[in-house]
Parts: sequence; C-alpha cells; structure tokens
Amino acid sequence: MNKQCEILIIDDEQVVVDSVIKIGEISGYKVDYTMDAKTALEKISGQNYQLIICDIMLPEMDGFQFISEMQSRRNNTPIVITTGYSTMENAVKSLQLGAIDFIPKPFTFDEMTSIMKRGVKYKKLVDADTEKTGSLFYVQCPPRYFCLGYSCWLNTDYDGTVLIGATDLFLKTIENMKTIELMERDEAINQALTAAKIICEDESVHQLYSAISGRIIDRNEKLLNDISLLEKDPYFNGWLYRIIPGEYDYEIKLLASCSSNGCR
Amino acid sequence: MKGFNEIGFYRRIGLKLTIAVSITAIIIIGVYSYFNIKSQRDVMLAEVERHANQLSETVKNSTRYGMLLNQRDHIHEIINTIGKDPAIYDVRVLNKEGEIIYSTKEDEIGNMLDKKAESCYACHAENKPLEKLPIKDRTRIYRLNPDSTRLMGIINPIYNEKSCWEAECHAHPQYAAVLGVLDVSISLADVDKQITNNQIQELLFAIISITAFGIIIGYFVKRWVDKPVRELVKATNEVALGNLNYLIKEPGTDELGYLGESFNNMIKKLEDTQHQLVQSDKMASLGRLAAGVAHEINNPLTGVLTYSSYLLKRAKENPQLQEDLNVIVRETMRSREIVKGLLDFARQSTPKKTMIDVNEIINRAIAVVNNQLKFGKINLVKKFDTNLPKITADANQIQQVFLNLILNAIDASGTNGGVITIGTSLITLSPKGIKHIKKCVCPKNHSLINNEYKIGGNSSIRLKIKSNGNQGFVHLDPIYGNHRHFFGIAFEKNPNVMLNCPVCDLSLIDKNAKCPECGGPVYKIQIPNQGFVEGCASFKDNWQKWEFVDGGGEKKYVEIQIADNGCGIPPENLNKIFEPFFSTKGQRGTGLGLSVVWGIIDNHNGTINVQSEIGNGTTFSIKLPLA
Repeated sequence: MNKQCEILIIDDEQVVVDSVIKIGEISGYKVDYTMDAKTALEKISGQNYQLIICDIMLPEMDGFQFISEMQSRRNNTPIVITTGYSTMENAVKSLQLGAIDFIPKPFTFDEMTSIMKRGVKYKKLVDADTEKTGSLFYVQCPPRYFCLGYSCWLNTDYDGTVLIGATDLFLKTIENMKTIELMERDEAINQALTAAKIICEDESVHQLYSAISGRIIDRNEKLLNDISLLEKDPYFNGWLYRIIPGEYDYEIKLLASCSSNGCR
Repeated sequence: MKGFNEIGFYRRIGLKLTIAVSITAIIIIGVYSYFNIKSQRDVMLAEVERHANQLSETVKNSTRYGMLLNQRDHIHEIINTIGKDPAIYDVRVLNKEGEIIYSTKEDEIGNMLDKKAESCYACHAENKPLEKLPIKDRTRIYRLNPDSTRLMGIINPIYNEKSCWEAECHAHPQYAAVLGVLDVSISLADVDKQITNNQIQELLFAIISITAFGIIIGYFVKRWVDKPVRELVKATNEVALGNLNYLIKEPGTDELGYLGESFNNMIKKLEDTQHQLVQSDKMASLGRLAAGVAHEINNPLTGVLTYSSYLLKRAKENPQLQEDLNVIVRETMRSREIVKGLLDFARQSTPKKTMIDVNEIINRAIAVVNNQLKFGKINLVKKFDTNLPKITADANQIQQVFLNLILNAIDASGTNGGVITIGTSLITLSPKGIKHIKKCVCPKNHSLINNEYKIGGNSSIRLKIKSNGNQGFVHLDPIYGNHRHFFGIAFEKNPNVMLNCPVCDLSLIDKNAKCPECGGPVYKIQIPNQGFVEGCASFKDNWQKWEFVDGGGEKKYVEIQIADNGCGIPPENLNKIFEPFFSTKGQRGTGLGLSVVWGIIDNHNGTINVQSEIGNGTTFSIKLPLA
C-alpha cells in the first residue's frame, strides 16, 4: 500500500494514539503523533501530512483553536475531529469550523479506517483541484443549497420540508460504492449525526451526516436499488431523505450557504 | 441580628401595649374618680348645708316667741340646749350693731364683731350692707385656725316684722329692716372624715382596677401577641438557619394567625423553589459528571474497541475466537451507547430505533442482574409470549428501562427473597385509556397543560370552571378516555357549566354540539396537528371523542409487566415516583431511575403504569406500540 501517506494524530491519551497508529499501520498509512496541538503546529510546518486527526480537549490549545490556527496559516491539510465528549453540538461546531469529519470515541477499527481513507482521498482531490484552477477550493453545489461541512447538503422546499443529500465531493472521496443503508420513514435524525451508511466493494462503511435535525417523511427508495444515481446526480435525483425539520431556524444558521462563497 | 431574648424587656411590644393600655386606664379611672369624689363631696356638703339651714331656721323659730316677749333667759336656755349637740360648734345671735347677744359660748356674749369678720362678710362685703341675703350665700366654710377642723357657718338674718315693733318691749323701731343675725356653725369633722374615707376607697378602687386591667391586658397581650410573635420570630430564625421544615403549629385564626399561615405557605413555596434549585443543580452536576465520565471512559474504550475489532477482522478463520471477540466488540459498543446515553440524558435525545425483540432485551437485562437475583434469593418467573412481534424501539434504552425496573423490584423484595414475575404479551387496545394528550391549546393557542397537578403521574389539562356561582379550576385526566378528573371547586354536575381557558378566559364550550349521551354542553379542546378532543362538559357521563385517534381504530401494543411481591409503594408516593429526583432510597439513589424510565417510554410513544399495594407488591405495566 501507499507508504508515502502520512497521518498526524493529536491526542493526549496514549491508548488512543496507539490505537490510531495501529489502525494506520494495518491500513497502510504511516502515522505520526503528538500529545498537544502546539507541538503539532511545529510538526506540520516541517512535513506535508495528508490528514490530521485531532482531539478536542487538549492541554493549552484545544481542537477548535487548532482548526482556526491552521486556517489562519492557510494550511489546507484536512482535519478530522475526534472526542470522547461526543455531543451533537461538538460535531456541528467541528464541521462548521472546517473539520472534514467528526468521529466520536470509542471508534471501531473499520470506522477509523473509512475516515482515514476518505480524508486522504479528500486531500488528493483538493490538491489536484488547486493545481488545476489555482484558486481556493470549494464545493460546487447549486445556489440556495446549504452545506454542513463538505459532505452533506440540504435544500428547503417551498412547503417547508427539506431535502437532504450528499455532496459530490463527499462521494468522490468514496471509491467503489456498493450499497447504501437508509433510515426508515418516521425516524428522527439529528444534525451532524449519521443519516446513512454507504458500503463499498471493500466492505468499508462510510457514514454520511444529516445537515439538519428532523423527522423523515420520505426517502429515496431508488438509491437502494441503484446507488450509481447518487454519483450521477447527487444534488437532484440523488437526494436521500425528505424531512420535516425540527429546529430549522436555529440549525440553518450553522450551515454554509452555497450561493455566497460555496461550502468549504 | 439580635436574638429575640436579647430585645430589652422595656422594648417589647407586649410591655409597650400593656403600659399604653394601663396609662389609658389610669387616665380614665383617675378622671372618673376625681369627678366622682368631687360630686360626692358636693352632695354631702349640700346635705350638710340643707341640714344647717333647717337647724338655723328651727333655732330662729323656736326663739321667736322668746324674743317677742324679750325672755332672754329662755332664749339662752334654748340656744345652750341646742348647742350641746356635738355636731354644732356654736350658735350665736348678733344684733344689728354686731354685738353678740346670745351664744353657746357664754364668754363671747357682749363682744362686738368687726364687720369684716367672716360671719358678717357675706352681707358686709360691700360698703352698703345687703338687706336680703340669698339662701345659697348664707353658708360659709371656714377654719378657726389652719389646724382645726372645718366648720360650716350659716347666717340667718332676723328681719323686722310687725310683731317686733308692736311687741310689748317695743325694742325695735319700725324702719329697721334687719334686726340681727342668727349665726350657726356646724362642725364638718364627720363630713370631712366621711369624704376622706370616700377618697381612700375611691383611690383603692382605682389602684385595684388599674392593676387588674394591666394584668388582664398583659395576659391577653402575651397570649395573643407575644406568643405568636415569639413563634414567628423562632420560625424565621429556624428558616434563616436553613431549616425549611419548620412550620408554625396552630397559627390561630386572627391576623397574626393569618400571618403565621402565610408564613407557612411562604416556607412551603420556598422549599419547593429551593427543591427545584437543588434539582437543577443536581442536573447540572450530573451533566458535568456525565461529560467527565464520557471523556474518561471513552478513551480506554477506544483502545478496547479498536483492538478487539481489529482482532475480530483477523480471526475470520477461527470461528470460536471470532465468537468470543464478537462478544467483546458487541459489549464495548454497548458501553459506548451507555456512555452516549449518559451524555444524552442531560440533553434528552431521541431514541435510536431499530426493530427489537422485547423478550430478548428482557433476557439481556436479566443477565446483567443475575448475580443480584441470586444474592437476594429471588425467584424470577418469566411468562413470555414467544410469538411476540418485534417492535421499533431503541434497544439500549428499552434494556435500561427493564434493568431499572428489575433492580427496583429486587430492592423492594428486601433481604428475605421474593418472586419477580416478568410477563410479555401482545394486546389490542382502543386508543381510549392509552393515548396520552401531551399538548392541547385554547383557540388563542394558550397551552392548557398543567405540569403542577398530575393525574396518574402525567401533567393534567387545566381549565377554568364556572358553575353555580362557583369559580375554580378543573384538572382533566390527560389520558384520553380516562376520567380521573380533579375538580378544584365544589362541583355539581349541571348543564350550565362554563369551561374557559385559564389564560385568556375564552370559552371552550362548543355551542353547536350536544353530548350524545346526556344532551348537555360539550367542551372542545384543540390538539395541535391532531384535531380536537371533545367531551361532556357537565361531566354527567364519560363521553369523550377524538376523531383523529378514534379514526385510527384499535392499536396493537406489546405489554410488559414486571411484578414483585415486595414492600409496595405508599399511595401518597404513587403519583410522584416518575418525577425526577424523587427517591425513597435516601443516599443510595439519585431519584433519576424512574424518571428516566418514564422519559424513555414516553419517547417511544408508550405508556407506563404502576399499581401497588403496601405489603403485597408492585406491578409496573409498560405498553409499547407496535408501530
């Protein structure tokens, strides 16, 4: 496997660091680690990591401050936030600040592997895009759509219901999709919590978040039969659920609008 | 603050009141006594005066004949005889020139009196002597010297008359108007003694009454003012020290009693508020604890989960190992969900529903408490319906419910063992008696749900009721089809009842509808997004209609009953057991268990009911909808 890929894990808990290193090793990634964000910033300036996995509660500088610091340094290395205090608020805040993913502790081997895969792929896509266009990278979603992080979108319908789905960028980070697991009608979904699971040919499972909380009133049954629809037309025919939002006014503020400067 | 007993004796309100009332009494009794004594004295003196006048007149009349005949010895004799009376000080007759002609004191006879002498002064005060003297001016009170007793002198002028100038002796000329004066002096010693006696008596009476007054007032002030005030002060001090259980016993019926009662009410409210504060404090602490626990436990769990899930992947060729590892992974995932649940508890998250087999979940819960069952010598009887369909529910949350209820049953069974029966069954029920009205509003969108008064552990529906001039509140049973209503006023079932929104007073009676059973008025309450609930407003019968729910027809439920034969729950606690932080386990419980149970079942649109009999045991019945 590709041994050039390098991942940095920032966590003050040795067992977590060990676990991530172990998962990285087996998945073919070389993993570096630090126990605090300050040291991480030093390390980053010397090396070109493909992905950074960062805890929230860290000594001196926490995970959120770390994301902001990275942005102010114009470093585009994707960051995944992980935490033992895995509330919805923390997940939303991480994605809103610019983390590409949020993985609550404890995670399974597979959960972490899929996160790593997507993260590394994301970095490649971003790098390729930046090389090609020379401009700032962002998600190309239709106007009036909103995004949470880079992975999921929502579009408010005229009747107040909301369609949600996955962005093309998210789908590009996943290779060889095989099936999708959707939730049932009438189930409740929460913002920044798992809304669907995409299973790939290599049995890896990728979780997609919901951009907003609410109750599912309809789901796109076609996707269950033909997952390629998702890739072909992610923003229209590839929608996932139609939901009645629970706290639309509050949650919409946490999302990025596609019409302004795109979802990043 | 000063202690009650540190307040100076002279500053106490009781003493002040007693003194004020006593002073008033002193003034009133003093003035009364003064005038009483004065009038008694006046009456006595008037009596003496009258007596003296009579005496003087008698002397004059009895000596008249002697005077006409000029029988001086005879007159002397009469005057002397009269003068012997001890009450009479002296009797004198003076002629016009002021010469004493007759006197009981013989040495005075022949003396000339100066016109300024007190016996002459009445007539001779002015230069021209009076010829007529009014009766009231004839008397005078005087002392011979400052130490002697008082005397009353009465002057009786002897007027000239025809018989005088025609008398044989012919002593007086016809032109003289006044021939002389009869002067009688009476000793007032007896009268004065009498007056002094009266004064002493009056004074004694005044002192006794004032003292009695003071004592009686003091007693009642102490009883009616001092004691309740002392009790109030004691109670406020107790409350200041943090004892919110201190209530004023028998506050009484007067204003201070009312004050005491409102003090008691205030303390009850204060206790409630403090209780709530403590609760939210508990909640906040719990949140912090949950966050801390989540963070601390999730890190080691990460190690367990990643390594075990990795090993599980590697053990594909070894089914036995794979099975064992599967247990580790599954249980670690469950721990993850438990910790998540701990975090979610403070945040009231929605359940993660999957299709679950209730029997299997109960078995899992039993497996967790197996040791405790053995330890408690408890015989667990399963009465499972093996054909039970799966339901949509959060497996972990439902397991937590069973775990909680089984643990409670074990606790209730005590140390001598017991029997816990867990039964499951599929039941079909009409929505009546099951469906819980959680939200309802008046036409102006005011919520009618009242969280303070609970019926069967659920928040009631509060309406304003007016009937027969009475006005109050009625609390409707929030379970559709149940009629455990509570009337806050004396209510007689009648068709003229008014039911209004407690906030805006808008009528909730549907004028176009009549109860199909009794023909009486019908109330109509809006259930947001779910139509209207209607019911008989005169409460003569139990008619209720909710088209939205009735239309759905009968529904299937999985019923789970967990029964123990333990100590039971006292009736007064039955309504409180699902409230957060209600605990009878003291330090051993957080009081959260059953409230969490209630919350979970509620989140699953299910119901939980409890029936209990002291000494005979408790049965919890849970109904979870199939879909």
